[in-house]
Amino acid sequence: MPVTNSPRTLFDKIWDDHVVERLEDGTCILYIDRHLVHEVTSPQAFEGLRMSGRRVRRPDATVAVADHNVPTSDRSKPIEEPQSRLQIETLEKNVAEFGVPYFPLRSASQGIVHVVGPEQGISLPGMTIVCGDSHTSTHGALGSLAFGIGTSEVEHVLATQTILQKPAKNMRVSVEGKVGPGVTAKDIMLAIIGRIGTAGGTGHVIEFAGSAIRDLDMAGRMTLCNMSIEAGARAGLVAPDETTFAYVKGRPFAPKGEAFEQACDYWRSLASDDGAYFDTEVTLAAEEIIPSVTWGTSPQDVLPIDGSVPSPSDEPDPARAAQIQRALDYMGLEAGQKIAGTPVDVVFIGSCTNSRLEDLRAAADVVRGHHVAEGVRAMIVPGSGLVKHAAEAEGLDKIFLDAGFEWREAGCSMCLGMNPDRLTPGQRCASTSNRNFEGRQGPDGRTHLCSPAMAAAAAVTGRLCDVRELVKETV
Amino acid sequence: MDKFTELTAIAAPMPTENIDTDQIIPARFLKTIQRTGLGKNAFAAQRYDADGNEKPDFVLNQEPYRHAEILITYDNLGCGSSREHAPWALLDFGIRCVIAPSFADIFFNNCFKNGILPIRLPREICDELMDDARQGANSRLTVDLERQVIVRPNGESIPFDVDPFRRHMLLEGLDDIGQTMAHDAEITSFEHRPSRAWVPSITIGTVK
Repeated sequence: MPVTNSPRTLFDKIWDDHVVERLEDGTCILYIDRHLVHEVTSPQAFEGLRMSGRRVRRPDATVAVADHNVPTSDRSKPIEEPQSRLQIETLEKNVAEFGVPYFPLRSASQGIVHVVGPEQGISLPGMTIVCGDSHTSTHGALGSLAFGIGTSEVEHVLATQTILQKPAKNMRVSVEGKVGPGVTAKDIMLAIIGRIGTAGGTGHVIEFAGSAIRDLDMAGRMTLCNMSIEAGARAGLVAPDETTFAYVKGRPFAPKGEAFEQACDYWRSLASDDGAYFDTEVTLAAEEIIPSVTWGTSPQDVLPIDGSVPSPSDEPDPARAAQIQRALDYMGLEAGQKIAGTPVDVVFIGSCTNSRLEDLRAAADVVRGHHVAEGVRAMIVPGSGLVKHAAEAEGLDKIFLDAGFEWREAGCSMCLGMNPDRLTPGQRCASTSNRNFEGRQGPDGRTHLCSPAMAAAAAVTGRLCDVRELVKETV
Repeated sequence: MDKFTELTAIAAPMPTENIDTDQIIPARFLKTIQRTGLGKNAFAAQRYDADGNEKPDFVLNQEPYRHAEILITYDNLGCGSSREHAPWALLDFGIRCVIAPSFADIFFNNCFKNGILPIRLPREICDELMDDARQGANSRLTVDLERQVIVRPNGESIPFDVDPFRRHMLLEGLDDIGQTMAHDAEITSFEHRPSRAWVPSITIGTVK
């Protein structure tokens, strides 16, 4: 393994510590510490193993949970959609056959794989973590190298516990200063994506740094790393620090006692060295970020809430101008209109981006004392059964239910609408999820990405609006 | 996986940036437990109206492009979801080669795993190839992986880069897993390194 004395980044260190072998052309066999498996991207991989007579090399480093297809309504009933049911039954059959640990659908621990991993201490700092899902980048918040893979690679990892890859380039995104009131990790990340674009991070692993990042709690860091893929990056990372260790300590699958202290010593050593080389550096001032929403059909179509929708006539490149027009037509917006005041039909608070207890608290703080606007369907989908229980213990469910929200079971839900939670054509949604692509939340549905606080504000006013004004009124 | 050596085929021009994998295959079609059969729903939202009828203005609904085996687009093809259903859908439709100025990383990688060759070329060249493609059925492109060139209908050769390891795998139609399993001893030795002692195991009975 090429360990040199030259300063290394956090990514370099985790990478070096997982290279099993470097092949002639520079491709590395990289060892994988944790493989998270869900029902949508794994059936063909298990089938591949079966066809080749291969086994799962490390069932004790693999964990499965169903999340994408699961209904978020009453779990005591069978799953109605036959194909969804088949996919979940197939997962259950596969984990039993190959001896893979599994959180059953009716377990309180079930939830979105990217919420469950950190919550259970299955995902830990310094690890390499993969899953057949692009939002695996979420786990990078712990200071682990975590990335999404395709199903062929899922099969490769099941069979060999390794992956073939060349090292990524290093990018550092520093956010310095303190964010203002009402500005969350989601707004920071939307601002970053708005700045560098959806391909800005291609080929890179992004390390998020700077005082505004250090100030974030773990849920905020997960939101940030979650959407690294929306900036095109292979992964996002935050250096593990005392906030990280306090979060990890005592989790069911985390090291205990002396083993935990030893692990912390190792994790501390992973921070990027002074003078480490980054191929790309980007800096943002936290004070300049204000609550934001997306207007278009790409996560880079970001606007501060006081902003106006762009005009194709202002875009010199005709192909890009055509794309702006197409996005405006799809979204049912006029060039140049103010984004604030746009009426919404649906509010979705959930997804692997923003469904943790801290997210629900932030939404509840806005909702308290208000009611969902007439004609708006507002839903809360906690990230896991444990998040749901914790929120109920604090009485958050009562705040939401009294205000007219739906309080549902855990799953991916309306982030991608594989279960029955979908937009109908033309419906407009303020959503805390991660993608506003055409048809993402349902055919011809219109998505505006925003933070839980902003989504809550949209729910109670019935429009996209500046959460800071709503909270000011209440105070 | 099928080998990829040389392909002479119709190319479909899609002069759009950021074609995401949700467009290539929407989530509602991911409920399959097979790799095949997704081609009919490739680009479903652009290809069909609400009643399931073909939209005539969409390129893959037009002749000769409904027989295209090459797709040419603008930047950042395949962004978004890691779903390998996207290359499966393209392959099932008949696409064996995708050409764009840039690709999203996971999609790029997933293409190779399925015998689809992704080629990065500057936007000006993609524009030229799209112009070729618009000339119709007699205007085929030849993609020669052995020589690493695309031959235009006018005979001009355009060289392209491809990772040598991936080129080898495609040319031979090889399975990565078998190759990696040949390194089993190194993997086992890695697993026994003392520096890895802190990594906990997850025992099956403890997950509930």
